[in-house]
Amino acid sequence: MTATAPQMRILIIEDDRESADYLVKAFREVGYIADLASDGEEGLSMAETGDYDVMVVDRMLPKRDGLSLIGSLRDKGNRTPVLILSALGQVDDRIKGLRAGGDDYLPKPYSFAELLARVEVLSRRNVGPAEETTYKVGDLELDRLSHRVARGKDELTLQPREFRLLEYLMKHAGQVVTRTMLLENVWDYHFDPQTNVIDVHISRLRSKIDKGFERPLLHTIRGAGYMIRDGIR
Amino acid sequence: MTAFGKLIRTTAFRLTLVYLFLFALFAASLLAYFAWNTRRLITEQITTTVNVEIGEITSIYNRRGLHGLLTTMGNRALRPGANLYLLTAPNGQALAGNVGSLAPGVMSVQGWSETAYRRIDEQDKTDHRALVRVAEMDNGFRLLVGRDLEERRRLFGIVAKAAQWSILVVVVLGIGGGIFVARRVLHRIDAMTGTTRRIMAGDLSGRLPVGRSGDELDRLAENLNVMLERIEALMTGLKEVSDNIAHDLKTPLTRLRNRAEEALARSGSEADYRAALERTIEESDGLIRTFNALLMIARAESGQARGNMDDFDGADVANGIHELYEPLAEDDGMTLQVKTAPAPIHGNRELISQAVANLVENAIKYGKPDAGVEPMKADAREILIEARREGDQVLLSVTDHGPGIPEGDRKHAVERFVRLEASRTLPGSGLGLSLASAVATLHGGELRLGDAHPGLVATLVLPARAGGSDRLAAQTQDVPQKAA
Repeated sequence: MTATAPQMRILIIEDDRESADYLVKAFREVGYIADLASDGEEGLSMAETGDYDVMVVDRMLPKRDGLSLIGSLRDKGNRTPVLILSALGQVDDRIKGLRAGGDDYLPKPYSFAELLARVEVLSRRNVGPAEETTYKVGDLELDRLSHRVARGKDELTLQPREFRLLEYLMKHAGQVVTRTMLLENVWDYHFDPQTNVIDVHISRLRSKIDKGFERPLLHTIRGAGYMIRDGIR
Repeated sequence: MTAFGKLIRTTAFRLTLVYLFLFALFAASLLAYFAWNTRRLITEQITTTVNVEIGEITSIYNRRGLHGLLTTMGNRALRPGANLYLLTAPNGQALAGNVGSLAPGVMSVQGWSETAYRRIDEQDKTDHRALVRVAEMDNGFRLLVGRDLEERRRLFGIVAKAAQWSILVVVVLGIGGGIFVARRVLHRIDAMTGTTRRIMAGDLSGRLPVGRSGDELDRLAENLNVMLERIEALMTGLKEVSDNIAHDLKTPLTRLRNRAEEALARSGSEADYRAALERTIEESDGLIRTFNALLMIARAESGQARGNMDDFDGADVANGIHELYEPLAEDDGMTLQVKTAPAPIHGNRELISQAVANLVENAIKYGKPDAGVEPMKADAREILIEARREGDQVLLSVTDHGPGIPEGDRKHAVERFVRLEASRTLPGSGLGLSLASAVATLHGGELRLGDAHPGLVATLVLPARAGGSDRLAAQTQDVPQKAA
């Protein structure tokens, strides 16, 4: 998993030294330029001066609370995507975070794979393809307007939810999407199912788009989630 | 603060003082009005009498001359009573009457005046006061007729005394009553304070004393007692939960630790380490899930999630959960079906969805029919999600045809971490039903477990949103949907 050049710039605002260092190190290992601020004031001034592609903000910070930091950034017209990290994982906390101007919300404890997947999707480098009306991965094509899906010459019949699942995967083609991201974005549920309910939906989708084709497009990324991409690239 | 200080600081006492002042003021003004009017009345009577007498005497003089006048004056002066008479010659010499002495100069002023006087036949030397009128006759003689003011003075004295006493009585009664009421209130408040101190010190079983009068303090005490009961129940629940957490989280933690230890002790290949680490992550993910579920339950039970409620149709929730879980059920050899009618709810959609999802997960996990125990019915592997409205309630139920839960165990099954013997071997946190129950309670409803003959029917009974049904009925088709 390497970022495409030029390197992504990420600002991490987190006061817990150990998790901050872990995040900086982990993001640098996957090729990001990671900067660290350890309180709300420092974070705000770094966010205002530096040109970051994405920010990871802890919700509870010394000197200036994470939500108020985001609020004042947004007030000044800074639209850098922000992912909020918080020990408060309940639905209403999440809604509060998003209302304050956050773009995504991840409760602690989280896995780095989940965080990375969300940051990649969030990063403003990836805003472009979202506006297209057709998505194309290898010989798989999805038309968002006519709701038609075809692989090569074969027309595929998908259930509405399967279509939305594939649409989300293809919108983020080449990026890892996690199970919770799918549950949140395709089904709009924010709870944590105790079973592998998403895997079953994926395997159904997979049987429709990959079965009988030589090259699989929908890949399982171990310990993280799923990714749709043309295997050759 | 001294006891007296506390007493006079009570609301009851202060109110008493205010009322005392008002009553005293009222009594005083009433008496003053009475006194003043009485005085006026008596004065009026005297003037009338005196005017009549002067008129009579003048007419007698006119008819019978000086002689008649003197005779009449002599007669009248001898009558017992309080009237004063005096006739003086132009040179000032007294000719007839019963007045011994007068204040100087009274006879020289015509008309009304108040004066000190002494009667002619009186032995003692004290002066009295009288209201007199002096009239001059055409022959230069002056006539004085008057009346003693003693009566007026005595009456006024009686009123004044009554005023003194009544104000004294009002003050004594008022202050006494105030102290009595204040002490009574203070006594009860002190009793309450004592109890609350004990409760604050940790004895949650303490209750406030409730009297039999049913007054406002009793009602307050009753309400506070209900609150204390709720707090005690919550605290007891919390303690049970922490005991259960200690037990049920320690087990996976121990497992986690043992695995790590084992992996360290056995010098294996990189692949072995990798596998051990992966298992560790899996195990800790399970722990996190358990924690999240616990937090959610706590949240729902404490009522904090109330802020995030809106109006929606329970049928949509049932359809959504059906759509999400249908493939999973099918993979497990079950069929998941849904049957919906309009079910208007005001609540937290996310929590209710999760509660229904938990019930469905339970049904998939535990709702498989006992193999070979009885002849399989056609629908034995069917799980049904239902949403409908019944009167002022909305029912969201999940029915399976597995072994069910014996009636005696149902209440127990809803408790946290309880996994009935039959399910001990299956994975799961044992929190699914408790969460569903907490969500139902949060919305003012309940989770009902019943028998599906065979199987379990778990129903979330929630209050229906008032007035929401008609609008929804128009939108939602009342047709059972068959799973694809």
